[in-house]
Amino acid sequence: MNLNPDQVKKLLSQMLLIRRFEEKAAEMYTKEKIRGFLHLYIGEEAVAVGVLQALQPDDNVMCTYREHGHALVRGMEPGVIMAEMYGKLEGCSRGRGGSMHLFDAKTKFYGGNAIVAGHLAMAVGLGLADKKLQRNQITCCFFGEGAMAEGAFHEAMNLAALWQVPVLFVCENNLYAMGTALRYTHAQQDLEKKGAAYGIASSSVDGMDLMAVMQAANEAVDSIRQTGQPHFLVCNTYRFRAHSMFDAELYREKKEVEEWKQRDPITSFKELLLQQKMLNDEDYQAIEKQVQQEVEQAVAFAESCSFEPVEELLKYTYSEKAN
Amino acid sequence: MAGNLITYRECIKQAIREALLADERVFMMGEDVGHYGGAFAVSKNLLQEFGPERIMDTPLSEAGFVGAGIGAALGGMRPIVEIMTVNFSLLALDQIANNAATLLHMSGGQFNVPLVIRMSTGIGRQLAAQHSHSWEPLFAHLPGLRILSAGTHEDARHMLAPALADPDPVIIFEYTSLLNMEKELPEDLTGVDIQKAKVRREGKDISIFTYGTGVYKSLTAAEELAQAGIEVEVVDLRVLRPLDEETIVASVTKTNRAFVVEDASKSVSVSSEVSARIMERCFYELDAPVQRLCGAEVPIPYPKHLEDASVPQPAQIVSAIKTLLQHA
Repeated sequence: MNLNPDQVKKLLSQMLLIRRFEEKAAEMYTKEKIRGFLHLYIGEEAVAVGVLQALQPDDNVMCTYREHGHALVRGMEPGVIMAEMYGKLEGCSRGRGGSMHLFDAKTKFYGGNAIVAGHLAMAVGLGLADKKLQRNQITCCFFGEGAMAEGAFHEAMNLAALWQVPVLFVCENNLYAMGTALRYTHAQQDLEKKGAAYGIASSSVDGMDLMAVMQAANEAVDSIRQTGQPHFLVCNTYRFRAHSMFDAELYREKKEVEEWKQRDPITSFKELLLQQKMLNDEDYQAIEKQVQQEVEQAVAFAESCSFEPVEELLKYTYSEKAN
Repeated sequence: MAGNLITYRECIKQAIREALLADERVFMMGEDVGHYGGAFAVSKNLLQEFGPERIMDTPLSEAGFVGAGIGAALGGMRPIVEIMTVNFSLLALDQIANNAATLLHMSGGQFNVPLVIRMSTGIGRQLAAQHSHSWEPLFAHLPGLRILSAGTHEDARHMLAPALADPDPVIIFEYTSLLNMEKELPEDLTGVDIQKAKVRREGKDISIFTYGTGVYKSLTAAEELAQAGIEVEVVDLRVLRPLDEETIVASVTKTNRAFVVEDASKSVSVSSEVSARIMERCFYELDAPVQRLCGAEVPIPYPKHLEDASVPQPAQIVSAIKTLLQHA
């Protein structure tokens, strides 16, 4: 993969934006500006950045409840995302969804879905609509390895293969379904085989290695566009933070977390770029500064936003416009 | 008008056919809807007429194909998803309750789900506990859905078009026990108002509020009661969510007595809701307490005599209303 300095800086700054944005979100959670569930993606940044760079603006994206990073990379405004987590009217879902339900029609971002595996069949449906309407676009659906134990995963895989829909299924395998390790939840831990079992082209990649994820995602997306057929991509990754802000992390050793942190996707990519002289320390400091600024602006925006008047509580339960 | 007799099954089929002809975005999917012709022969020959892209056989995968229906609706299609019977619908309940019903609100009004789900409902022919459910109340509990009940031929024929035109998810309950029943269909009727309940028979002495199979049973009872000099008003609720409270209030205000009939078991049912709304809105209009005749609180048994005893019958409606009116 040949990348120019501008491209690599953009990739690095996207990963860094996720990291700093979420650190700030955690801080705002402790200050009780953000409530409910808050699931951080820190450690998994290379997956969202590496996969989403392979997509076009017309493509559909569906995510889980750990989706701040995907939303940022997809181009949603950090301030609008932060405002959503504050529960504010100016948030991307008018504050009605919060952290777990980021939606954005402009970037074709279909959530923020908080029932594990509940969105996979919808991704098949989006793909089916694209196929029927002969639109040359794909649907990219993210989920965790926990979802693969759900019946809904298997139904969606079967339908995707049966109907040959242009969907990229991305398993973000972070080794823990909430607090239960892969080895306690899957009889077959070679996850890639579960896509192949349905006749779906499948691959797996080191999800801590941005370049590797990009390569795998580009190949998968190319093949989907050429064949119109689904692809199943497993990205092996790790979440550095707790499952949610309520999680005391009793189920894993600190040592294990520290070992994975040695493989921090941001540090590794930065080191690689420094080594290849595509980046110098000054560049990096500039990126850090820019990202910090964006995060501060996001918070300032969220603070300045308003709450929806309670009179509008029932709005959007049903549509106001005709079909 | 003799000669215009049509079965309930044919009404549904004509509605589907009309929808497929009217809009290229409409397609139907479900178990056995294509090659088999529909478990109840509702879609017989539609595969041959419209092809496999528009009449899609699905695997036994309710969560999968209902979810795919929601996704296809988000993607710009107008899917009609057939769940063979209500009995299998709980396999797709997560999709219906957590996705179809919530997406519009959760996305702050950005993503609506123009999906229609049809399912055959209620007691069939001695099919026992797992194949005889009346679960309209369960779905009517969920904000974000429009729940319709096609208790007449007219609604079986004309509810689908407005349901497809609705920008939000609509569930249409159809009734297995009515499939073979023949009725005359008014020729001039082209659409039904899926916001409104329908007064099926006017009367001044008492209002029966009902839906589904209760409609024809109540009309039969009303005929008999008319011979005894009791004029019953029969209101087909037909929109179980959002409930058309105004039609209910207007009828009670006119007759001052209310009787609610449904096949679903009594506890936490549509009749519970209707009764409560009448108390809230019309307490001082009432000349007698609201009474209800509902399904028994039992999993539906197999033998015919017990199955019949599990749901309201016209004779019971007649006798209950005579008692309520203290009729000699």
